[in-house]
Amino acid sequence: MDKDMLKKQIENMKFQATMERWPLSKSIAADDSKMKVKVLVRNPDDYLRETKRDIHKLPRNYDPALHPLEAPREYTRALNAVKLERVFALPFIGCLDGHRDGLSCLGKTPDHLSWLYSGACDGELKLWDVAKRRVLCTVQAHDGFVRAIAYSQESSSLYTVGDDKLIKQWKSEAEDGSDLKAPVNTILTGGMLTGISPHRSKPILATCGEACNLWEPTRAQPIKTFQWGVDSLQSIKFNQVEENILAACGSDRSIILYDMRESVPLRKVVLKMRSNSICWNPMEAFIFTVANEDYNLYTFDMRNLNSPLNVHSDHVSAVIDVDYSPTGKEFVSASYDKTVRIYDARQAHSRDIYHTKRMQRLTCAAWSLDDRFIFSGSDEMNIRIWKARAAEKLGVVKPREKTALRVNAKLIEKFEHHPHIKKIQRHRHVPKHVYNARNELRSGRIAARRKEFNVRTHTKRQKPIISEKVKAIVSEQQ
Amino acid sequence: MSSPKGSEKKPASEVRSTATQNLKKKFKPPKDEHLLRKTKNKKPNNTFTKKAEGRVVKRQLPKFKSSHGKTPNSGAVQKFSRPPKTGQKGKEGAQDDQTEEDPFPGDAPIPHARLQKHKRGKAEDLDKNGVTFLSNRIHLKKKEKLVKYAVNLAARSEILLPEETGFLEPAKGDCTSEITQVQIKSSVDITSATKQFDLSMQFGPYAINYLRNGRKMLIGGRMGHVAAFDWVTKQLTCEMNVMESVHDVAWLHNETLFAVAQKEWTYIYDNQGIEVHCIKKLNNVLRMEFLPYHFLLATTNDSGTLSWLDVSMGKMVKRTHTHLGRLDVLCHNPRNAVLCCGHSKGTVSMWTPNFVSPVVKMLCHTQPVRSVAVDQSGVYMATSSIDCSLKIWDLRTYNCLQSYKLGCGASNITFSQRGLLAVSMGNIVEVYKDICTETIHKPYLKHFVGSSVSGLKFCPYEDVLGVGHARGMCSMLVPGAGEPNFDALESNPFQTKSQRRETEVKSLLEKIQPELITLDPFELGEVNRQSVIEKFEEKTRYMV
Repeated sequence: MDKDMLKKQIENMKFQATMERWPLSKSIAADDSKMKVKVLVRNPDDYLRETKRDIHKLPRNYDPALHPLEAPREYTRALNAVKLERVFALPFIGCLDGHRDGLSCLGKTPDHLSWLYSGACDGELKLWDVAKRRVLCTVQAHDGFVRAIAYSQESSSLYTVGDDKLIKQWKSEAEDGSDLKAPVNTILTGGMLTGISPHRSKPILATCGEACNLWEPTRAQPIKTFQWGVDSLQSIKFNQVEENILAACGSDRSIILYDMRESVPLRKVVLKMRSNSICWNPMEAFIFTVANEDYNLYTFDMRNLNSPLNVHSDHVSAVIDVDYSPTGKEFVSASYDKTVRIYDARQAHSRDIYHTKRMQRLTCAAWSLDDRFIFSGSDEMNIRIWKARAAEKLGVVKPREKTALRVNAKLIEKFEHHPHIKKIQRHRHVPKHVYNARNELRSGRIAARRKEFNVRTHTKRQKPIISEKVKAIVSEQQ
Repeated sequence: MSSPKGSEKKPASEVRSTATQNLKKKFKPPKDEHLLRKTKNKKPNNTFTKKAEGRVVKRQLPKFKSSHGKTPNSGAVQKFSRPPKTGQKGKEGAQDDQTEEDPFPGDAPIPHARLQKHKRGKAEDLDKNGVTFLSNRIHLKKKEKLVKYAVNLAARSEILLPEETGFLEPAKGDCTSEITQVQIKSSVDITSATKQFDLSMQFGPYAINYLRNGRKMLIGGRMGHVAAFDWVTKQLTCEMNVMESVHDVAWLHNETLFAVAQKEWTYIYDNQGIEVHCIKKLNNVLRMEFLPYHFLLATTNDSGTLSWLDVSMGKMVKRTHTHLGRLDVLCHNPRNAVLCCGHSKGTVSMWTPNFVSPVVKMLCHTQPVRSVAVDQSGVYMATSSIDCSLKIWDLRTYNCLQSYKLGCGASNITFSQRGLLAVSMGNIVEVYKDICTETIHKPYLKHFVGSSVSGLKFCPYEDVLGVGHARGMCSMLVPGAGEPNFDALESNPFQTKSQRRETEVKSLLEKIQPELITLDPFELGEVNRQSVIEKFEEKTRYMV
């Protein structure tokens, strides 16, 4: 027994002795007579952080075999992303309170991104600091409505027109905007004025009222007058890219294009209903959008006025005002149905809708020049500030957070056609009057379409087929 | 960086790199005296003195134009009182590495196999595909470009992977199957040698389960012995005897919970061994599999019932009665989370929780199927039956790729992360390499285990095979079995407690719904033609 025990002990010791070698170099010798073996071994120092203050080490391997089930996992992530986006969609920021009568127009200036000019129906002009949400300066600009405000980049001054048939030029030199006291210049015009637009680079103003007039600030008489028909014009805008082109909406349901250098207007397109407002796309030279009374917005290419590029529908009442984003990719529209809608410039349906119980009839809308905020002015004397992208975080966004938000946005874009994700992304709570009106209008449209289809299939002599887009246009004239 | 003027007092033995020298050329117009002073302090260095000479010479001939390595700016450089780079380069042989013609211009080529590995399908031919609008076609082409760029980048990033796989090369004339575990153990370093160990316990045939990151191990003996421990440090997490027969053990999503299939019901225990749940609905369970991305515990029953239990909510997702008899052969396909069961009629059936009947049923053998295994990539399936045959099937085409005859019926088979197949026949465990792609004649490794094998599992991310047998368990070294480079965002063997908690929350948020389990995991990216056609028809019904 002892011998066996001893033998075992000796064998054990031998075994242990062999175990304590460091034979790595020996086994990886360069001769073939020995076997070579390597077993996977990881040094923990390479994979663990050194101190508690470091971040954790994360070695990555992008081999697809290690990442199974990619499609369902990404789909789940996209679903979470779209739900989170809806959770964080809180677009209302604040309200600028202070006017004593309903708002009639808004003006922006590129020199101070946080300044906003607003004109009221009692003739008051206020300059707001939007970031601090307070008034910087108030001045009684006109007797009667302030019809339009426009900022001229060429002369760095503000122009306003009012019901007292005056064009006033204002300058605010001071940094705190408190010197908006008296107009720098006043032009007495004889006729009604409803809109104003300054030229991008020349000291010329265009006003509309009974006719389209071009003014120079130093002259008391218009340098040019364009007249087509006897009807008045509602709104006029200079093209900011093609600087000599103007467009105006007339009360005879027309949109008229002018070239400043010519003596007669260029073209006129007559729609079925009157347009309330017009806005040029700041990035694309020949595209403009009109806000029409027939609950739609029409985007035209200046070169081809016989068919609109796009018909943007979704409002349930007349559209009052439209303004483009400085990127030219989206625009905001304010409508008589107490809602503000944001559209993508190429798409027919709105991407977002903003509404509040307290917001009554809207009169004007503006998109801030840093592309982040939307202003809406309404009849109940308030200007509301909204986020342009409802789920955007306004504060300081850290780099990792930013990456995560971008990844989420991309995931949503990747899976946007899947039914569940589409449904969640498009779902918006809408006021009851809008909801009911929308259903009513939709059933009316479907009924009209079905009737036309039936009429066509059962009549022998048929009128030519007109596309939905072109139906809104009555005629084009030169 | 470029040293200031006071550096002429530096010792001569200081080595100056070509980088700093080139920088000096760029940013400092050299003066004669300055240079000469420097050369005095330096040891005679051929290249350096040559350069000094070159500089001096060149400035006396301002209109000299070298013919070497013309750049369009060479003329412009000469306007300043700096020597032209190009002319200088011609003089020195040792330092002309910047503007000389690059013999391999452009990016390094990526090996085709590596690129194929990262590709996720063929690119669409957009010109012929019927995309009518030009703007859409352009948009799609841009997307294809981005995809291609991503694939390239992923393939290139493989150079950053830190570890390499293990290997075993026998001595000349020998073959690997003759190498024993003792030999391997004695030839590797201490850490790896400790990974080869034997535990002899007397509580019945043991079932084994490794945690998903390869860190911890769970063993369950038929007599009721259950233990969870860190098999590298041999540190015991918990150990108990449940006083009932244990048929199978499985880790849940991390090391805090594990499930034990006991005589009547299934119990879930904490990492301290505290019984957390007793699930009476999972009764008479024979085999268990945990689907990590769906948080589903899939179990097979004595009476032929397959159940999926969502462990995050505690909800029974589906119970299907298979009507195919006692189910004691189970395996899950990691690629699409489908369960594969083997039956006594020689068939293998595949099940998802969305259908009452099996999605695939294939006749694999004429005799009862003893064991089924699916490899990591979900392409190959190995089945063994009582009549000593082992067959390899392709899961895309359901063809039999290889058919082998073994010494005796294989009771357990399992695939490793790198495609090695471990087969246990009675007392012997054999490991085969490249069994799916080629017809092999000899095993890679062989090991004689003392008693009949009851459980066989490879450890993820390690070159280790765990063998549970009637008298305990044994851990074998199999070089080249484990995936050397793990992705920390998938499973991290070096996870700390805070990382574990964060991963748990993240994986719960990304838990895939069981409705999305399909045979083809990429079906979600396909267009549902039927519904598109229906919608289109409805839209255009009254269109004129």
